[in-house]
Amino acid sequence: MIVLEQKKFQEIEKMTTGYNRLLVLGCETCAAMSFAGGQRQVAELASAIRVARKTTGEQGEVLEEAIARQCEPEFVDLIKDEVSGCDAVLSLACGAGVQMLAERFQDKVVLPGCNTTFLGVTEELGVWSERCAGCGNCILDKTAGLCPIARCSKQLLNGPCGGSMNGKCEISKDVDCVWQLIIDRLTRLNRLEMLEEIFPVKDWSPAGHGGPRKMVREDLKS
Amino acid sequence: MKSGSNLERILESGQFAVTAEAGPPKGSSPKVVQRKGELLKLCCDALNVTDNQTAIVRMSSLSGCVLLKEMGVEPVLQMVVRDRNRLALQGDILGAAALGIRNVLCLSGDHQKFGNHPTAKGVYDIDSIQFIQMVKTMRDEHKFLNGEEISGDVPFFIGAAANPFADPFEFRVIRLAKKVSAGADFIQTQGIFDMPKFIEWMKMVRDRGLDEKTHILAGLIPIKSVGMARYMRNNVSGLSVPKEIVDRMADAKEPKEEGVKICLETIEQLKEVDGIHGIHIMAVAWEDIVSRIIEEAGLMPRPVV
Ligand code: SF4
Ligand code: SF4
Repeated sequence: MIVLEQKKFQEIEKMTTGYNRLLVLGCETCAAMSFAGGQRQVAELASAIRVARKTTGEQGEVLEEAIARQCEPEFVDLIKDEVSGCDAVLSLACGAGVQMLAERFQDKVVLPGCNTTFLGVTEELGVWSERCAGCGNCILDKTAGLCPIARCSKQLLNGPCGGSMNGKCEISKDVDCVWQLIIDRLTRLNRLEMLEEIFPVKDWSPAGHGGPRKMVREDLKS
Repeated sequence: MKSGSNLERILESGQFAVTAEAGPPKGSSPKVVQRKGELLKLCCDALNVTDNQTAIVRMSSLSGCVLLKEMGVEPVLQMVVRDRNRLALQGDILGAAALGIRNVLCLSGDHQKFGNHPTAKGVYDIDSIQFIQMVKTMRDEHKFLNGEEISGDVPFFIGAAANPFADPFEFRVIRLAKKVSAGADFIQTQGIFDMPKFIEWMKMVRDRGLDEKTHILAGLIPIKSVGMARYMRNNVSGLSVPKEIVDRMADAKEPKEEGVKICLETIEQLKEVDGIHGIHIMAVAWEDIVSRIIEEAGLMPRPVV
């Protein structure tokens, strides 16, 4: 999933000031799973904005809505009419959702209410962590299913560096050294010899360094 | 000879090498490097010029190397992959070759989070092992990473770091083997305080025959005060400072003298370890002590080869 966190309220308040009719728009997929932009967070944030507006005396209505996915045009188009009646949309989706809105509603102000943080997993309720950096050329077959690109602080392909101590990364005692995890797992699988080979230099062009990425599947296009 | 550097000649002739660190300043004056060069030139075979060490911005290592070279001191160019991508690394390698630098130490670098620009974007385009391999290919095959031909020679004596005290311990020797097969001609280790662990690591190194394929220089960090000992014990990831060392420093009437004593004892013990071809002294902000340590360790005068 894409993990999101809601921006600080002060920042949201500042960016939404002056837009009288404001639509707070949630996204029921990743944003909801991140407890940052689902229906419930939309309701909470909208009422917080209303309360704040009361104290500052700002006029205008704060509307609430949530759709299944802001990253797909079919869902976004469903709320065309609602959007056309407001001055700005505060999206609680990821950055992709915000931009889809901006593309579909060319003349509308679209604001981001969340920070899109990473591609990760829910470790437990309230704890998410990064797993993938979307590098465009997955190497997990060579690293015991654990990703050094997303999870090694230095993206080392021939780790671990000299800062790995007691299973933790040199940057913090709260961060696991993924190379320790890789070695532990390969040891359990009896495949540690896999790491004796030097891992070659990576092609970063599919990772975004070759320019913005796009994928076209002719077989699916209508 | 791969590079013809003084360090290479000393090591290849089977003599015990001595190197030390000469970090450049947080400023533009050439005097700091020159002063360190003056202090250390008679007692060392080559001086490492650090590269934005601990991710703190300083004068570039390449310029520090040139300043040393101008005064007849042989530099070791430290380069970290944290701050440069493959284009910049290769460009600087060519530049260093043109300027007559003959030793390079290929490193990952401490994470930018530790330094004075913690919000910087780290580069890490290639890692230190890939970097060693790249320099070796540039030197031996006259080829860039992309396979294109390089005009002119790239004569470097290639170094790498090894940390026997980091985890996982059993993997450390595999990592050294990878660095050696990538092309590391010499190795400078992390500072040694935990001698039993180092001896155990060296045994594993010898079992794999790595001491015959590369020159291992044992790292030393002279301790100036008990505060420094404690700090290294508690806060520096990848260093192993046993409690006895901290206690010795704490109990000492003259901590600096005790620090020198510890360092000299370590050198004596290292001389007994098979497969050690030299020492590398990292006396951060205590360069004045280095010549005394080398003198009292019986490693003077330095050989001329
Ligand atoms: S290797 Fe690339 S695609 Fe695979 S998990 Fe890591 S970042 Fe994601
Ligand atoms: S300690 Fe481990 S995770 Fe951290 S940078 Fe080094 S190898 Fe990567």
